[in-house]
Amino acid sequence: MYVAVKGGEAAITNAHRLLADRRRGERSLPSVTIEQIVEQLGLAVDRVMAEASLYDRSLAALSVRQARGDLIEAIFLLRAYRTTLPRFGTSVPLDTTAMKIERRISATYKDLPGGQLLGPTFDYTHRLLDPSLLADGQVEEPMRKEASDEGVMRVSDILAHEGLIEPDGEFAEDHEAGDLTREPMEFPMSRDLRLQALARGDEGFLLALGYSTQRGYGRTHPFVGEIRIGEVEVELEVAELGFAVSLGRIRVTECQMVNQFKGSSKAPPQFTRGYGLVFGQSERKAMSMSLVDRALRAEELGEDITAPAQDEEFVISHSDNVQATGFVEHLKLPHYVDFQAELALVRRMRADIEAARNGGKDMQEAAE
Amino acid sequence: MDLAEQIGPNTDTTGRRRAAGLLARATTGELQTAWDRLPAKPDVKPVRGPETGLVMVRGRIGGGGAPFNLGEATVTRATVLLASGTAGHAHALGTDKEKVRLAAVFDALWQESETRGFVETALLGVIEARIAAEDRQKAEETAATRVDFFTMVRGED
Repeated sequence: MYVAVKGGEAAITNAHRLLADRRRGERSLPSVTIEQIVEQLGLAVDRVMAEASLYDRSLAALSVRQARGDLIEAIFLLRAYRTTLPRFGTSVPLDTTAMKIERRISATYKDLPGGQLLGPTFDYTHRLLDPSLLADGQVEEPMRKEASDEGVMRVSDILAHEGLIEPDGEFAEDHEAGDLTREPMEFPMSRDLRLQALARGDEGFLLALGYSTQRGYGRTHPFVGEIRIGEVEVELEVAELGFAVSLGRIRVTECQMVNQFKGSSKAPPQFTRGYGLVFGQSERKAMSMSLVDRALRAEELGEDITAPAQDEEFVISHSDNVQATGFVEHLKLPHYVDFQAELALVRRMRADIEAARNGGKDMQEAAE
Repeated sequence: MDLAEQIGPNTDTTGRRRAAGLLARATTGELQTAWDRLPAKPDVKPVRGPETGLVMVRGRIGGGGAPFNLGEATVTRATVLLASGTAGHAHALGTDKEKVRLAAVFDALWQESETRGFVETALLGVIEARIAAEDRQKAEETAATRVDFFTMVRGED
Protein backbone atom coordinates (compact mmCIF):
# COMPACT_ATOMS: atom_id res chain seq x y z
CA MET A 1 0.00 0.00 0.00
CA TYR A 2 1.27 3.50 -0.80
CA VAL A 3 -0.13 6.43 1.14
CA ALA A 4 0.72 9.87 -0.23
CA VAL A 5 1.23 12.45 2.45
CA LYS A 6 0.34 16.01 1.52
CA GLY A 7 0.47 19.29 3.36
CA GLY A 8 3.93 20.69 2.63
CA GLU A 9 2.91 22.96 -0.22
CA ALA A 10 2.16 26.17 1.68
CA ALA A 11 5.15 25.65 3.96
CA ILE A 12 7.45 25.19 0.94
CA THR A 13 6.14 28.30 -0.84
CA ASN A 14 6.59 30.38 2.29
CA ALA A 15 10.05 28.92 2.92
CA HIS A 16 11.16 29.95 -0.59
CA ARG A 17 9.73 33.43 -0.05
CA LEU A 18 11.66 33.63 3.21
CA LEU A 19 14.80 32.44 1.40
CA ALA A 20 14.41 35.24 -1.16
CA ASP A 21 14.11 37.74 1.69
CA ARG A 22 17.19 36.46 3.53
CA ARG A 23 19.12 36.37 0.26
CA ARG A 24 18.38 40.03 -0.28
CA GLY A 25 19.31 40.84 3.32
CA GLU A 26 19.00 44.29 4.88
CA ARG A 27 17.03 46.41 2.38
CA SER A 28 18.75 49.66 3.30
CA LEU A 29 21.98 48.28 1.82
CA PRO A 30 22.52 48.31 -1.94
CA SER A 31 22.03 45.00 -3.72
CA VAL A 32 25.27 43.41 -4.97
CA THR A 33 25.44 43.43 -8.78
CA ILE A 34 26.56 40.65 -11.12
CA GLU A 35 29.35 42.92 -12.40
CA GLN A 36 30.55 43.50 -8.82
CA ILE A 37 30.67 39.75 -8.16
CA VAL A 38 32.58 39.15 -11.41
CA GLU A 39 35.06 41.94 -10.66
CA GLN A 40 35.48 41.71 -6.89
CA LEU A 41 34.76 38.06 -6.05
CA GLY A 42 36.37 36.75 -9.23
CA LEU A 43 38.00 33.73 -7.63
CA ALA A 44 34.66 32.50 -6.26
CA VAL A 45 33.29 32.89 -9.79
CA ASP A 46 36.28 30.92 -11.13
CA ARG A 47 35.72 28.09 -8.69
CA VAL A 48 32.06 27.85 -9.63
CA MET A 49 32.91 27.73 -13.36
CA ALA A 50 35.59 25.07 -12.84
CA GLU A 51 33.49 22.72 -10.75
CA ALA A 52 30.26 23.32 -12.67
CA SER A 53 32.37 22.55 -15.77
CA LEU A 54 30.88 25.55 -17.56
CA TYR A 55 32.83 28.66 -18.50
CA ASP A 56 30.60 31.73 -18.28
CA ARG A 57 31.56 34.39 -15.76
CA SER A 58 28.23 36.24 -15.74
CA LEU A 59 26.16 33.09 -15.24
CA ALA A 60 28.56 31.86 -12.55
CA ALA A 61 28.23 35.22 -10.76
CA LEU A 62 24.46 34.98 -11.02
CA SER A 63 24.57 31.53 -9.45
CA VAL A 64 26.83 32.80 -6.62
CA ARG A 65 24.33 35.56 -5.94
CA GLN A 66 21.32 33.24 -6.12
CA ALA A 67 23.03 30.72 -3.79
CA ARG A 68 23.83 33.43 -1.22
CA GLY A 69 27.53 32.67 -1.60
CA ASP A 70 27.14 28.92 -1.02
CA LEU A 71 29.57 27.81 -3.72
CA ILE A 72 28.51 24.17 -3.93
CA GLU A 73 24.89 25.31 -4.31
CA ALA A 74 26.07 27.75 -7.00
CA ILE A 75 27.95 24.95 -8.79
CA PHE A 76 24.77 22.83 -8.66
CA LEU A 77 22.72 25.68 -10.20
CA LEU A 78 25.18 26.21 -13.05
CA ARG A 79 25.53 22.46 -13.68
CA ALA A 80 21.73 22.23 -13.92
CA TYR A 81 21.61 25.17 -16.33
CA ARG A 82 24.11 23.58 -18.72
CA THR A 83 21.79 20.62 -19.24
CA THR A 84 19.25 22.99 -20.84
CA LEU A 85 21.58 24.00 -23.68
CA PRO A 86 22.37 22.16 -26.93
CA ARG A 87 26.01 21.44 -27.74
CA PHE A 88 27.27 23.14 -30.90
CA GLY A 89 30.54 21.25 -31.06
CA THR A 90 33.95 20.57 -29.63
CA SER A 91 36.77 23.09 -29.61
CA VAL A 92 40.19 22.72 -31.15
CA PRO A 93 42.41 21.69 -28.17
CA LEU A 94 43.68 24.76 -26.29
CA ASP A 95 47.26 25.80 -27.00
CA THR A 96 48.62 26.75 -23.59
CA THR A 97 52.07 27.60 -25.01
CA ALA A 98 50.38 30.58 -26.73
CA MET A 99 48.85 31.73 -23.44
CA LYS A 100 48.74 35.46 -22.63
CA ILE A 101 50.63 34.98 -19.38
CA GLU A 102 49.42 36.71 -16.20
CA ARG A 103 51.45 34.58 -13.80
CA ARG A 104 54.13 31.99 -14.38
CA ILE A 105 56.39 30.42 -11.83
CA SER A 106 58.69 27.42 -11.65
CA ALA A 107 60.04 25.78 -8.51
CA THR A 108 62.58 23.73 -10.46
CA TYR A 109 64.49 26.36 -12.44
CA LYS A 110 65.41 29.79 -11.13
CA ASP A 111 66.44 31.34 -14.44
CA LEU A 112 64.33 30.13 -17.30
CA PRO A 113 63.14 31.66 -20.57
CA GLY A 114 60.29 34.04 -19.81
CA GLY A 115 61.33 34.37 -16.17
CA GLN A 116 59.44 34.04 -12.92
CA LEU A 117 56.36 36.23 -13.20
CA LEU A 118 54.55 36.50 -9.88
CA GLY A 119 51.38 38.18 -11.15
CA PRO A 120 48.47 38.92 -8.78
CA THR A 121 49.35 36.36 -6.07
CA PHE A 122 48.50 35.89 -2.38
CA ASP A 123 51.98 34.35 -1.94
CA TYR A 124 54.33 36.41 0.27
CA THR A 125 51.44 38.39 1.76
CA HIS A 126 51.49 38.26 5.55
CA ARG A 127 47.93 37.02 5.89
CA LEU A 128 47.10 39.84 8.26
CA LEU A 129 43.60 41.27 8.02
CA ASP A 130 43.79 44.63 6.31
CA PRO A 131 41.71 47.23 8.16
CA SER A 132 42.00 49.62 5.20
CA LEU A 133 39.59 47.33 3.33
CA LEU A 134 36.90 48.12 5.90
CA ALA A 135 36.56 51.43 4.13
CA ASP A 136 36.30 51.98 0.39
CA GLY A 137 39.74 53.56 -0.02
CA GLN A 138 41.66 54.43 -3.16
CA VAL A 139 43.68 51.59 -4.67
CA GLU A 140 46.94 52.33 -6.47
CA GLU A 141 47.29 51.53 -10.16
CA PRO A 142 49.63 48.58 -10.79
CA MET A 143 53.28 49.23 -11.68
CA ARG A 144 54.17 48.75 -15.32
CA LYS A 145 57.42 47.69 -16.88
CA GLU A 146 58.37 47.05 -20.46
CA ALA A 147 57.42 43.50 -21.37
CA SER A 148 60.02 41.34 -23.10
CA ASP A 149 59.23 39.54 -26.33
CA GLU A 150 61.03 36.46 -25.04
CA GLY A 151 58.84 33.37 -25.37
CA VAL A 152 57.64 31.72 -22.19
CA MET A 153 59.04 28.24 -22.66
CA ARG A 154 57.37 25.21 -21.14
CA VAL A 155 59.53 23.77 -18.36
CA SER A 156 58.89 20.19 -19.47
CA ASP A 157 60.51 21.08 -22.83
CA ILE A 158 63.74 22.05 -21.04
CA LEU A 159 64.04 18.60 -19.43
CA ALA A 160 62.83 16.93 -22.60
CA HIS A 161 65.94 18.12 -24.44
CA GLU A 162 68.00 15.87 -22.17
CA GLY A 163 65.50 13.02 -22.44
CA LEU A 164 65.13 13.02 -18.68
CA ILE A 165 61.38 13.45 -18.62
CA GLU A 166 58.56 11.43 -20.11
CA PRO A 167 56.77 13.06 -23.06
CA ASP A 168 53.25 14.54 -22.90
CA GLY A 169 50.66 11.79 -22.52
CA GLU A 170 49.68 10.21 -25.84
CA PHE A 171 47.18 7.59 -26.91
CA ALA A 172 46.94 5.48 -30.04
CA GLU A 173 45.97 7.45 -33.18
CA ASP A 174 42.38 6.17 -33.21
CA HIS A 175 41.69 7.07 -29.56
CA GLU A 176 38.78 9.48 -29.30
CA ALA A 177 38.73 11.59 -26.12
CA GLY A 178 36.04 10.21 -23.80
CA ASP A 179 33.30 12.42 -22.41
CA LEU A 180 31.83 11.87 -18.95
CA THR A 181 28.81 14.00 -19.79
CA ARG A 182 27.85 11.61 -22.59
CA GLU A 183 28.84 8.11 -21.44
CA PRO A 184 28.38 6.40 -18.07
CA MET A 185 31.54 6.02 -15.99
CA GLU A 186 33.38 2.73 -16.25
CA PHE A 187 36.49 1.58 -14.46
CA PRO A 188 39.33 1.28 -15.22
CA MET A 189 39.28 4.64 -16.95
CA SER A 190 41.67 6.17 -19.49
CA ARG A 191 43.71 9.19 -18.41
CA ASP A 192 41.74 11.65 -20.58
CA LEU A 193 38.50 10.75 -18.81
CA ARG A 194 40.19 10.96 -15.41
CA LEU A 195 41.47 14.44 -16.24
CA GLN A 196 37.96 15.52 -17.24
CA ALA A 197 36.62 14.25 -13.90
CA LEU A 198 39.46 15.89 -11.95
CA ALA A 199 39.03 19.22 -13.78
CA ARG A 200 35.45 19.41 -12.47
CA GLY A 201 36.24 17.68 -9.16
CA ASP A 202 35.80 19.32 -5.77
CA GLU A 203 38.78 21.50 -4.88
CA GLY A 204 38.69 20.53 -1.20
CA PHE A 205 38.55 16.80 -1.96
CA LEU A 206 41.43 16.96 -4.45
CA LEU A 207 43.43 19.19 -2.11
CA ALA A 208 43.09 16.66 0.71
CA LEU A 209 44.07 13.77 -1.58
CA GLY A 210 47.04 15.69 -2.97
CA TYR A 211 48.09 16.48 0.58
CA SER A 212 47.78 12.82 1.55
CA THR A 213 50.29 11.86 -1.19
CA GLN A 214 52.76 14.38 0.24
CA ARG A 215 52.33 12.92 3.71
CA GLY A 216 53.31 9.46 2.52
CA TYR A 217 50.04 7.88 1.34
CA GLY A 218 51.23 7.07 -2.17
CA ARG A 219 54.28 9.31 -2.18
CA THR A 220 55.26 10.69 -5.61
CA HIS A 221 58.13 13.14 -4.81
CA PRO A 222 56.65 16.12 -6.62
CA PHE A 223 58.15 19.42 -7.77
CA VAL A 224 56.20 22.22 -9.35
CA GLY A 225 57.81 22.27 -12.78
CA GLU A 226 55.60 25.16 -13.72
CA ILE A 227 52.36 26.93 -12.99
CA ARG A 228 50.97 29.34 -15.56
CA ILE A 229 47.80 31.43 -15.48
CA GLY A 230 46.47 33.47 -18.35
CA GLU A 231 44.11 33.68 -21.28
CA VAL A 232 44.01 31.25 -24.17
CA GLU A 233 42.09 31.38 -27.41
CA VAL A 234 39.17 28.97 -27.89
CA GLU A 235 38.73 27.90 -31.51
CA LEU A 236 35.87 26.02 -33.11
CA GLU A 237 35.73 24.32 -36.51
CA VAL A 238 32.68 25.81 -38.18
CA ALA A 239 31.19 23.59 -40.87
CA GLU A 240 29.56 26.51 -42.70
CA LEU A 241 32.91 28.26 -43.02
CA GLY A 242 35.13 25.24 -43.52
CA PHE A 243 37.80 26.45 -41.07
CA ALA A 244 38.34 27.08 -37.36
CA VAL A 245 37.36 30.48 -35.96
CA SER A 246 38.23 32.04 -32.63
CA LEU A 247 35.31 32.33 -30.21
CA GLY A 248 37.22 34.55 -27.82
CA ARG A 249 39.52 33.85 -24.88
CA ILE A 250 39.12 32.09 -21.57
CA ARG A 251 41.38 32.23 -18.51
CA VAL A 252 42.86 28.95 -17.35
CA THR A 253 45.43 27.74 -14.83
CA GLU A 254 47.88 25.03 -15.84
CA CYS A 255 50.20 23.06 -13.57
CA GLN A 256 53.00 20.77 -14.67
CA MET A 257 54.07 18.65 -11.72
CA VAL A 258 57.38 16.86 -12.15
CA ASN A 259 57.84 13.65 -10.19
CA GLN A 260 60.79 11.43 -9.43
CA PHE A 261 60.61 7.94 -10.94
CA LYS A 262 63.04 5.13 -10.25
CA GLY A 263 62.29 3.39 -13.51
CA SER A 264 60.78 0.01 -14.23
CA SER A 265 61.39 -2.97 -16.49
CA LYS A 266 59.81 -0.92 -19.31
CA ALA A 267 61.10 2.61 -18.64
CA PRO A 268 64.50 4.00 -17.60
CA PRO A 269 64.84 6.25 -14.52
CA GLN A 270 63.39 9.62 -15.49
CA PHE A 271 60.99 12.25 -14.31
CA THR A 272 57.31 11.53 -14.77
CA ARG A 273 54.55 14.09 -14.76
CA GLY A 274 51.17 14.96 -13.34
CA TYR A 275 49.03 17.46 -15.20
CA GLY A 276 46.48 19.98 -14.02
CA LEU A 277 44.32 22.30 -16.11
CA VAL A 278 41.46 24.28 -14.60
CA PHE A 279 39.05 27.01 -15.73
CA GLY A 280 39.84 30.40 -14.21
CA GLN A 281 42.58 31.35 -11.77
CA SER A 282 43.00 28.53 -9.30
CA GLU A 283 46.49 27.23 -8.74
CA ARG A 284 45.54 25.33 -5.57
CA LYS A 285 43.11 23.30 -7.64
CA ALA A 286 45.49 22.89 -10.60
CA MET A 287 48.29 21.72 -8.26
CA SER A 288 46.00 19.29 -6.43
CA MET A 289 44.73 17.98 -9.76
CA SER A 290 48.26 17.33 -11.02
CA LEU A 291 49.24 15.53 -7.79
CA VAL A 292 46.18 13.30 -8.00
CA ASP A 293 46.63 12.75 -11.77
CA ARG A 294 50.14 11.47 -11.08
CA ALA A 295 49.05 9.32 -8.12
CA LEU A 296 46.34 7.71 -10.28
CA ARG A 297 48.96 6.66 -12.83
CA ALA A 298 50.40 4.16 -10.32
CA GLU A 299 49.26 1.11 -12.25
CA GLU A 300 50.45 2.45 -15.61
CA LEU A 301 53.92 3.09 -14.09
CA GLY A 302 54.08 -0.25 -12.29
CA GLU A 303 53.88 1.19 -8.77
CA ASP A 304 52.21 -0.52 -5.80
CA ILE A 305 48.69 0.69 -5.12
CA THR A 306 48.60 1.23 -1.37
CA ALA A 307 46.92 4.59 -0.79
CA PRO A 308 43.49 6.18 -1.33
CA ALA A 309 44.83 8.77 -3.83
CA GLN A 310 46.00 5.90 -6.10
CA ASP A 311 42.61 4.18 -6.09
CA GLU A 312 40.94 5.34 -9.31
CA GLU A 313 37.44 4.14 -8.54
CA PHE A 314 37.52 5.63 -5.04
CA VAL A 315 38.89 9.00 -6.21
CA ILE A 316 36.83 9.52 -9.35
CA SER A 317 33.56 8.22 -7.86
CA HIS A 318 33.78 10.69 -4.99
CA SER A 319 35.33 13.76 -6.60
CA ASP A 320 32.14 15.34 -7.93
CA ASN A 321 30.62 17.59 -5.30
CA VAL A 322 27.24 17.88 -7.04
CA GLN A 323 26.81 14.10 -6.89
CA ALA A 324 28.21 13.99 -3.37
CA THR A 325 25.98 16.73 -2.01
CA GLY A 326 22.95 15.20 -3.70
CA PHE A 327 23.43 11.88 -1.99
CA VAL A 328 24.45 13.24 1.40
CA GLU A 329 21.73 15.87 1.46
CA HIS A 330 18.98 13.52 0.34
CA LEU A 331 19.17 12.03 3.84
CA LYS A 332 17.26 15.02 5.20
CA LEU A 333 14.26 14.36 2.95
CA PRO A 334 11.31 12.42 4.44
CA HIS A 335 12.25 8.82 5.20
CA TYR A 336 9.22 8.29 7.44
CA VAL A 337 8.21 4.92 6.03
CA ASP A 338 11.78 3.55 5.84
CA PHE A 339 12.32 4.62 9.40
CA GLN A 340 9.06 3.02 10.61
CA ALA A 341 10.21 -0.25 9.04
CA GLU A 342 13.63 0.02 10.74
CA LEU A 343 11.96 0.86 14.04
CA ALA A 344 9.74 -2.20 13.87
CA LEU A 345 12.79 -4.32 13.04
CA VAL A 346 14.82 -3.03 15.98
CA ARG A 347 11.82 -3.58 18.32
CA ARG A 348 11.46 -7.17 17.12
CA MET A 349 15.19 -7.92 17.50
CA ARG A 350 15.11 -6.43 20.97
CA ALA A 351 12.06 -8.54 21.89
CA ASP A 352 13.74 -11.70 20.56
CA ILE A 353 16.88 -11.06 22.63
CA GLU A 354 14.85 -10.34 25.74
CA ALA A 355 12.76 -13.44 25.22
CA ALA A 356 15.92 -15.55 24.82
CA ARG A 357 17.44 -14.00 27.94
CA ASN A 358 14.27 -14.58 29.98
CA GLY A 359 14.06 -18.12 28.66
CA GLY A 360 17.64 -18.74 29.83
CA LYS A 361 16.82 -17.30 33.27
CA ASP A 362 13.79 -19.59 33.58
CA MET A 363 15.94 -22.60 32.82
CA GLN A 364 18.53 -21.52 35.35
CA GLU A 365 15.86 -21.09 38.04
CA ALA A 366 14.44 -24.48 37.22
CA ALA A 367 17.88 -26.07 37.61
CA GLU A 368 18.31 -24.50 41.03
CA MET B 1 19.70 20.37 -43.60
CA ASP B 2 18.98 23.92 -42.56
CA LEU B 3 19.74 26.93 -44.69
CA ALA B 4 22.73 27.95 -42.54
CA GLU B 5 24.58 24.77 -43.49
CA GLN B 6 23.86 25.16 -47.21
CA ILE B 7 25.72 28.44 -47.33
CA GLY B 8 29.03 27.06 -48.41
CA PRO B 9 32.68 27.65 -47.52
CA ASN B 10 34.28 30.90 -48.56
CA THR B 11 37.63 31.30 -50.31
CA ASP B 12 39.38 34.19 -48.50
CA THR B 13 40.13 32.06 -45.43
CA THR B 14 42.86 34.07 -43.69
CA GLY B 15 41.07 37.39 -43.92
CA ARG B 16 37.73 35.95 -42.89
CA ARG B 17 39.30 34.11 -39.96
CA ARG B 18 40.85 37.32 -38.73
CA ALA B 19 37.57 39.21 -39.14
CA ALA B 20 35.59 36.47 -37.37
CA GLY B 21 38.10 36.38 -34.50
CA LEU B 22 37.90 40.13 -34.02
CA LEU B 23 34.10 40.18 -34.29
CA ALA B 24 33.97 37.50 -31.56
CA ARG B 25 35.92 39.85 -29.29
CA ALA B 26 33.84 42.94 -30.11
CA THR B 27 31.78 44.62 -27.41
CA THR B 28 28.11 45.30 -28.06
CA GLY B 29 28.94 49.00 -27.81
CA GLU B 30 31.57 48.82 -30.56
CA LEU B 31 29.18 46.95 -32.86
CA GLN B 32 26.29 49.31 -32.14
CA THR B 33 28.44 52.40 -32.79
CA ALA B 34 29.62 50.99 -36.11
CA TRP B 35 26.03 50.11 -37.06
CA ASP B 36 24.88 53.64 -36.20
CA ARG B 37 27.64 55.09 -38.36
CA LEU B 38 26.89 52.81 -41.31
CA PRO B 39 25.73 55.17 -44.11
CA ALA B 40 23.25 52.78 -45.77
CA LYS B 41 21.65 50.17 -43.51
CA PRO B 42 21.28 46.86 -45.36
CA ASP B 43 18.19 44.66 -45.29
CA VAL B 44 19.07 41.75 -43.03
CA LYS B 45 17.18 38.48 -42.91
CA PRO B 46 17.83 36.19 -39.92
CA VAL B 47 18.63 32.66 -41.06
CA ARG B 48 19.60 30.97 -37.81
CA GLY B 49 19.58 32.26 -34.28
CA PRO B 50 20.91 34.17 -32.56
CA GLU B 51 20.95 31.11 -30.30
CA THR B 52 23.00 30.08 -27.28
CA GLY B 53 24.53 26.66 -26.78
CA LEU B 54 27.68 24.98 -25.55
CA VAL B 55 31.07 24.13 -26.93
CA MET B 56 33.09 21.43 -25.21
CA VAL B 57 36.52 22.96 -24.62
CA ARG B 58 39.42 20.56 -24.97
CA GLY B 59 42.86 20.64 -23.44
CA ARG B 60 45.85 18.40 -24.09
CA ILE B 61 47.38 15.98 -21.60
CA GLY B 62 50.66 17.46 -20.38
CA GLY B 63 49.94 20.58 -22.46
CA GLY B 64 50.84 19.04 -25.82
CA GLY B 65 49.66 15.42 -25.70
CA ALA B 66 46.36 13.70 -26.45
CA PRO B 67 43.20 15.82 -26.21
CA PHE B 68 40.84 15.56 -23.25
CA ASN B 69 37.55 17.29 -22.46
CA LEU B 70 38.17 20.09 -19.99
CA GLY B 71 34.65 21.49 -19.66
CA GLU B 72 32.08 23.42 -21.62
CA ALA B 73 31.68 27.11 -22.40
CA THR B 74 28.58 29.06 -23.42
CA VAL B 75 28.65 30.14 -27.05
CA THR B 76 26.15 32.20 -29.03
CA ARG B 77 25.91 31.97 -32.80
CA ALA B 78 23.92 33.64 -35.55
CA THR B 79 23.61 33.49 -39.33
CA VAL B 80 22.07 36.28 -41.35
CA LEU B 81 21.48 36.91 -45.05
CA LEU B 82 21.80 40.29 -46.74
CA ALA B 83 19.43 41.26 -49.55
CA SER B 84 22.42 40.85 -51.90
CA GLY B 85 22.54 37.15 -51.01
CA THR B 86 25.69 37.35 -48.89
CA ALA B 87 25.54 35.28 -45.72
CA GLY B 88 27.19 36.35 -42.47
CA HIS B 89 28.09 33.98 -39.64
CA ALA B 90 29.17 34.83 -36.11
CA HIS B 91 30.15 32.79 -33.07
CA ALA B 92 31.26 34.20 -29.73
CA LEU B 93 31.74 33.05 -26.15
CA GLY B 94 28.95 34.11 -23.82
CA THR B 95 25.22 34.60 -24.11
CA ASP B 96 24.91 38.07 -25.68
CA LYS B 97 22.50 37.49 -28.57
CA GLU B 98 22.29 41.07 -29.85
CA LYS B 99 26.07 41.31 -30.00
CA VAL B 100 26.36 38.12 -32.04
CA ARG B 101 23.50 39.09 -34.38
CA LEU B 102 25.27 42.36 -35.16
CA ALA B 103 28.59 40.53 -35.54
CA ALA B 104 27.00 38.27 -38.17
CA VAL B 105 25.72 41.33 -40.04
CA PHE B 106 29.22 42.81 -40.08
CA ASP B 107 30.72 39.47 -41.16
CA ALA B 108 28.43 39.69 -44.21
CA LEU B 109 29.24 43.37 -44.82
CA TRP B 110 32.97 42.58 -44.59
CA GLN B 111 32.59 40.14 -47.49
CA GLU B 112 31.06 42.75 -49.77
CA SER B 113 33.65 44.87 -51.56
CA GLU B 114 31.67 48.14 -51.15
CA THR B 115 31.45 47.85 -47.36
CA ARG B 116 34.66 46.01 -46.46
CA GLY B 117 36.63 49.23 -46.11
CA PHE B 118 34.02 50.67 -43.74
CA VAL B 119 33.98 47.52 -41.59
CA GLU B 120 37.78 47.50 -41.45
CA THR B 121 38.19 51.10 -40.34
CA ALA B 122 35.04 51.73 -38.32
CA LEU B 123 34.97 48.40 -36.52
CA LEU B 124 37.77 45.85 -36.93
CA GLY B 125 40.50 48.47 -36.57
CA VAL B 126 38.87 49.77 -33.40
CA ILE B 127 38.58 46.28 -31.88
CA GLU B 128 42.13 45.39 -32.87
CA ALA B 129 43.52 48.56 -31.31
CA ARG B 130 41.58 48.01 -28.08
CA ILE B 131 42.76 44.40 -27.75
CA ALA B 132 46.35 45.40 -28.48
CA ALA B 133 46.19 48.13 -25.81
CA GLU B 134 44.61 45.78 -23.24
CA ASP B 135 47.15 43.04 -23.96
CA ARG B 136 50.03 45.48 -23.74
CA GLN B 137 48.82 46.87 -20.42
CA LYS B 138 48.43 43.38 -18.95
CA ALA B 139 51.82 42.29 -20.25
CA GLU B 140 53.47 45.35 -18.72
CA GLU B 141 51.71 44.92 -15.38
CA THR B 142 52.82 41.29 -15.34
CA ALA B 143 56.37 42.23 -16.37
CA ALA B 144 56.59 44.52 -13.31
CA THR B 145 56.15 41.40 -11.12
CA ARG B 146 59.07 39.56 -12.75
CA VAL B 147 61.66 38.45 -10.22
CA ASP B 148 65.17 39.83 -10.84
CA PHE B 149 67.42 37.45 -8.95
CA PHE B 150 70.74 38.75 -7.70
CA THR B 151 73.43 37.07 -5.66
CA MET B 152 74.79 38.45 -2.41
CA VAL B 153 78.51 37.78 -2.24
CA ARG B 154 79.52 37.03 1.34
CA GLY B 155 82.99 36.38 2.81
CA GLU B 156 86.41 36.41 1.17
CA ASP B 157 86.27 33.28 -1.00
